[in-house]
Amino acid sequence: MGSYALRRLIGVVPTLLVIITVAFFMIRVAPGGPFDIERTLPPEIEANIKAAYDLDKPLVVQYIKYLGGVLTGDFGPSYKYKDFTVAELIGAGFPVSLKLGASAMLIALVLGVTLGTVAALRQNSALDYAVMTVAMTGIALPNFVIAPLLALVFGIYLSLLPVAGWSDGGMADMVLPVTAMALPYIAYIARLTRGSMIEVLRSNFIRTARAKGLPEHRVVTKHALRAALLPVVSFLGPATAGIITGSVVIEQIFQVPGIGRYFVQGALNRDYTLVMGVVIFYATLIMVLNLVVDLLYAVLDPRVRYK
Amino acid sequence: MTNGTQAPDMAPPVRGRSLWQDALRRLSHNRAAVAAVVVLALVVLLAVVGPWIAPHAYDELYFDHVAIGPDLDAGFLFGTDTVGRDLFVRTLMGARISILVALAATSVSLLIGILYGAIAGFVGGRVDNLMMRFVDIMYALPFMFFVIILMVVFGRNIVLMFLALGAVEWLTMARIVRGQTLTLKNREFVEAAVASGVTRPRIILRHIIPNLLGPVAVYITLTIPQVILVESFLSFLGLGVQEPLTSLGVLISEGADEMETAPWMLIFPATVLATMLFCFNFIGDGVRDALDPKDR
Repeated sequence: MGSYALRRLIGVVPTLLVIITVAFFMIRVAPGGPFDIERTLPPEIEANIKAAYDLDKPLVVQYIKYLGGVLTGDFGPSYKYKDFTVAELIGAGFPVSLKLGASAMLIALVLGVTLGTVAALRQNSALDYAVMTVAMTGIALPNFVIAPLLALVFGIYLSLLPVAGWSDGGMADMVLPVTAMALPYIAYIARLTRGSMIEVLRSNFIRTARAKGLPEHRVVTKHALRAALLPVVSFLGPATAGIITGSVVIEQIFQVPGIGRYFVQGALNRDYTLVMGVVIFYATLIMVLNLVVDLLYAVLDPRVRYK
Repeated sequence: MTNGTQAPDMAPPVRGRSLWQDALRRLSHNRAAVAAVVVLALVVLLAVVGPWIAPHAYDELYFDHVAIGPDLDAGFLFGTDTVGRDLFVRTLMGARISILVALAATSVSLLIGILYGAIAGFVGGRVDNLMMRFVDIMYALPFMFFVIILMVVFGRNIVLMFLALGAVEWLTMARIVRGQTLTLKNREFVEAAVASGVTRPRIILRHIIPNLLGPVAVYITLTIPQVILVESFLSFLGLGVQEPLTSLGVLISEGADEMETAPWMLIFPATVLATMLFCFNFIGDGVRDALDPKDR
């Protein structure tokens, strides 16, 4: 498995190269640059600015310089936040985004699996229908609808929680964004768990476990859950990507100073280096996490062997 | 066989017809799915004809009715927004744009995905390997971010959005179609076609693709809400359609900004979007169950 992991890790490199190349050239062929938004500058000053950011060099030279920079973790200066490099901005935003995303993921997993298992054990009961109806709601409602509604109800009507903001990243500030982020995934994971649990509970090895007199809770937690979790584990890859993408909107709505917010601001301001830096950073993150998920799959399922 | 849109005509006469009729019968017994079809049909009908017959134009400003709540006497069913436009008509316009984007992008993804998948699966060998490798690589890309870059770079252009969203969604379609093609291409009727000298492009178009329509139908019902979601997501971020045109995402975004003073601006568009997504999800589940009974 070690060599498999290594090979997958090496496989990430060409994909990243494609991402960097496509993003780089797409942005450079764009009509309009980051500096022609305000009034027109005298030509000398414009030339100076372009020289400072290497925009006067041939495209290929710029590309190689950028690629070299990325290798050393240097994504260049931000065009808009002029005193900061992109790496600094990402470094500042990532702990916040990580805190939000990881909490949302953890809650989604714990609640989703619990709800799904309970629903499966009481299949076709009122409880089962209740859980599945709520899950359907969670799946059908996008997070950018849930988020403002949560803020409206809990922030304004009930005045229980801050509507938005991130004073110190305390509990109160986190509740609404994390809830909005986690809800669709709680729903999805609950549905997945329920489906596979129902199937697993009918299988032979569960009958064997019951036949040898194991108490039901041991049958479920020790035997059934492990097999039933497999689809959930393979969903973790897309879920991570989804939570990362979703964080863009959630951070915007709740004014959380994470990477997602920088990304949107950068996109709206044509802050190209910042946008590219975030894309490359998140692409790497998603690919590495996908690799981790695949390896985790092998640990859980003895039938999967990577060579 | 000249009518390319009707699935039953394409399948072998007796067995194929019964498969689709079977599916339709099963679907009509699924109460949630039938209800969803009815509600969705209503929403779509309203979205299509509503803006024409509504008493107000979607871009007309009523300066004496700025940001008022639902008021039946003045004819503002959903109230007005912060510049005094009728929210009811705007919501219908938004739904119209969402449906339009969904249909267009889904068609793009269908066209690319089916052709790509069918060719990869049918030709097989090294070509298949190369083509699917490419799909794998594309899968690893964080596509949402690319669509965002695309919208930023080339401006907020609705045609570009169709293409971009279609280009994102075709990957899964190509995979599904390829898998189906692999099982189809060894069947007797394909062998018969090969033996009677039909050219490969014709076999793909006339024999492979018509038999793919089952799984494709299931995937379409999943893709449409997906596209609506992504379009709203982009519009919400301010990267979708532009004023005075609107979409549900734009309306929800505007509503979220004003929710303290004008909550109806958030609640109505959000409800319409949620209703549409709900219906598509129920229909999708229903179609899947109907076409693939073992999955129940």
